[in-house]
Amino acid sequence: MKKPVIEFKNFSFKYHSQADYTLHDINLKIYKGEKILIIGPSGSGKSTLGNCINGLIPNSYTGDIKGDLIIVDKNTKNSSIFDISKEVGTVLQDSDGQFVGLSVGEDIAFALENDNVLQEEMKKRVFTISKLVNMEELIENNPYELSGGQKQRVSLAGVMVEDASILLFDEPLANLDPKTGKVAIELIDDIHKEDTTIIIIEHRLEDVLHKDIDRIVLVDNGRIIIDDVPEVVLSTDLLIQYGIREPLYVSACRYADIDIKSSMHPENIEKFNMENNESKLHDWFSKHNVRLKPNENETLLKIENLSFSYDGVRKILEDVNVDIKKGEMLALVGKNGAGKSTLAKLIVGFEKPDSGDIILNGESLLDLTIKETAEHVGIVLQNPNQMISKNLIFDEIAYGLRIRNIDEEEIEKRVSNVMEVCGLSPFKKWPISALSYGQKKRVTIASILVLNPKILILDEPTAGQDYKHYSEIMEFLKTLNEKGQTIILITHDMHLMLEYTYRAVVLSDGKKIADKPSYEVLSDDEIIDKANLKRTSLYDLAVKSKIDEPLHFIESFINYERSNINEN
Amino acid sequence: MKIKLFSYNQLDTFVHRLSGFTKLICFLLLTTTVMLTYDIRVIMFVLVISFYMNNVAKITFKQIKPMLIYVAIFLITNFILTFTFAPMQGVEIYGTKNVIFTIFGPYVVTQEQLLYQTTKLFKYLSVIPLGIIFFLTTNPSEFASSLNKMGLSYKVCTVLSLTLRYFPDVQRDYNSISLSQQARGLDMSRKEKLFTRLKNIISILIPLIFSTLDRIELISNAMDLRGYGKSKTRTWYSYKPLNKNDYITMFISAIIFVASLLVSKYINNGIYWNPFI
Repeated sequence: MKKPVIEFKNFSFKYHSQADYTLHDINLKIYKGEKILIIGPSGSGKSTLGNCINGLIPNSYTGDIKGDLIIVDKNTKNSSIFDISKEVGTVLQDSDGQFVGLSVGEDIAFALENDNVLQEEMKKRVFTISKLVNMEELIENNPYELSGGQKQRVSLAGVMVEDASILLFDEPLANLDPKTGKVAIELIDDIHKEDTTIIIIEHRLEDVLHKDIDRIVLVDNGRIIIDDVPEVVLSTDLLIQYGIREPLYVSACRYADIDIKSSMHPENIEKFNMENNESKLHDWFSKHNVRLKPNENETLLKIENLSFSYDGVRKILEDVNVDIKKGEMLALVGKNGAGKSTLAKLIVGFEKPDSGDIILNGESLLDLTIKETAEHVGIVLQNPNQMISKNLIFDEIAYGLRIRNIDEEEIEKRVSNVMEVCGLSPFKKWPISALSYGQKKRVTIASILVLNPKILILDEPTAGQDYKHYSEIMEFLKTLNEKGQTIILITHDMHLMLEYTYRAVVLSDGKKIADKPSYEVLSDDEIIDKANLKRTSLYDLAVKSKIDEPLHFIESFINYERSNINEN
Repeated sequence: MKIKLFSYNQLDTFVHRLSGFTKLICFLLLTTTVMLTYDIRVIMFVLVISFYMNNVAKITFKQIKPMLIYVAIFLITNFILTFTFAPMQGVEIYGTKNVIFTIFGPYVVTQEQLLYQTTKLFKYLSVIPLGIIFFLTTNPSEFASSLNKMGLSYKVCTVLSLTLRYFPDVQRDYNSISLSQQARGLDMSRKEKLFTRLKNIISILIPLIFSTLDRIELISNAMDLRGYGKSKTRTWYSYKPLNKNDYITMFISAIIFVASLLVSKYINNGIYWNPFI
């Protein structure tokens, strides 16, 4: 019998700043060489669990501990964060924020610097490690100028350089586009050797399961709900019950009344064995075969032959044409640097195009100032903390109106109205600091909506959110959209595209390469590759079960799921 | 948009290869030299050196353009104001009065005033490229490591280099916050009254401070996890020991400094060079 490298024994933890325990009576054994996925919704305690393993608890976040946590034969009660960091290497969620060095090499070397390794020896070890993650040619580069995937390789190398036997990944997929995320999961799989133990904390289940996992530990409310092999966990209905999104092909099978058994290997679409249930899927499809309707309203915003470059040499946007219909909810997708954010900046007037025109209701927006444009088109930034500048929700939402010297009575009326729409009325007198992330997001949306823009642009509205918060934000946007608000979403979340936006505009290297229904985009290998997306597993399921019209199958699935959510 | 203003720019030139410590010492020596003299010959000498060094460091005009515009505005205003308020300053200093032409009343253009103001202009002009060189060619980590070798506590040095490094990030945050507030109607242009503009800046600073605090928490956790502060000393990946070029450069700067002091003491008998007597 193998020995556990990590062992929680009746372990409970309470932060000093909080009244209740965050972790309750955890019993968990992780063995040498295992690859574990810890999954759970936001606030479930999964990150706290991770922080206990890497020593940030109780070193940086103090609190009360009951029970024991033993890491490689040492009780963490008697060890410092430095002792623990020798055994456990942690790759944090936001790789941008954790770079200490100015060059790739220097950043990888940080742990060695703190260990007083001599320069010559340090350079040798950094080079060896950087080769392991294929970064040896970029060793002199500034980590900020790398792509998302390369950044993660650097963070990983910075942790591997210490020879830790346990590697902990805290939400490794959070800031990555689907394709880069897939490569990241493959990289983690590559470095997983016999004697390295890997722990991944994530909520994007289907993406992690792209490569084999030994066990899934589902956490909710500070307790372990289930701890078993993936095929068993996926055959239960616990995931849905605790707000984790199942792989889409599994959902589709459940809709078709197929009983998911562990023997079917539901953990991976390639291994998935339908066990002669294909006919059920065919039946379901013929019963629910529906075409979605495109929006055929008149054009609200017309983007005509738009070109732009910062330096006059390299074109960020080249001859882009898009028609946005009134009342549409549209996805703007493409990999980092494809020009999506620049296009948004041009629409709201932060930048002026080199050529082309932006026409709203027949009038050009180009001659307006930023302030004037804001009354027609509003933009909501990704991070609500970058937008909020007042203490009280009411003041924050009223801010744009007060600047415009509108009288208080009118302000009161409009703000109350918007708060009602955004479901913020119960919090009218609350300080913003007391709100959750999702609620803050609503406040920022409300503060833009109050100006009555005809078009609302949101930059990555659901980045880093778990399924519950994601649904909350998206359902809210959907109700806004149903009331007639035109919305443009900049995103690389494929679920979002599939479920909420009928049409997707795909940019690649500044050019528009596709403008068609989202489900078609996500089934088109060429576009998928250029936009760093991933083919939806629904397509694979359809092909696997020999459905003739995979695209219609996906379309019907989306329609079914939408009407299902509405019923609930 | 990439904002490169005031951020270290990685190139391989003679100036970049010098240690940050050397550049600090030379910067201090040469600026003190310029500060302590009103001899246009000495100042011109430093001016030529500093412009030459800018050239060696391959600093392009585009990189420093926004800053140069501010400097130019400052210098021109300074030049005009000096003449408006003290048109006879030169005459007082040099003790002679060689009139070139008269504008009106007390406003007489003299050779003395012209020399005085030109000297002053060149003083500023010669210092600015030195500062630019220091900011744009010094690798913060390497600079921190050399300060640490000189005996400064490594924690102070690390904080210093992190601050320098985060400067561009904070600048980027500031820009995106500022744009989003402007989109809500905040007017940052000169059309607004000064008081309103100050108030408006505050509504950008608050979110900026909060997002910066988030950054700090994250980076300090990341550093703890990688063993920062484990022992009383640390080594530096990017440390460059001082080499021959460093010593030569510092030596030359020191000679210029001493020579300028000698010129003031034995040739000019004071800080002013007076060609009028």
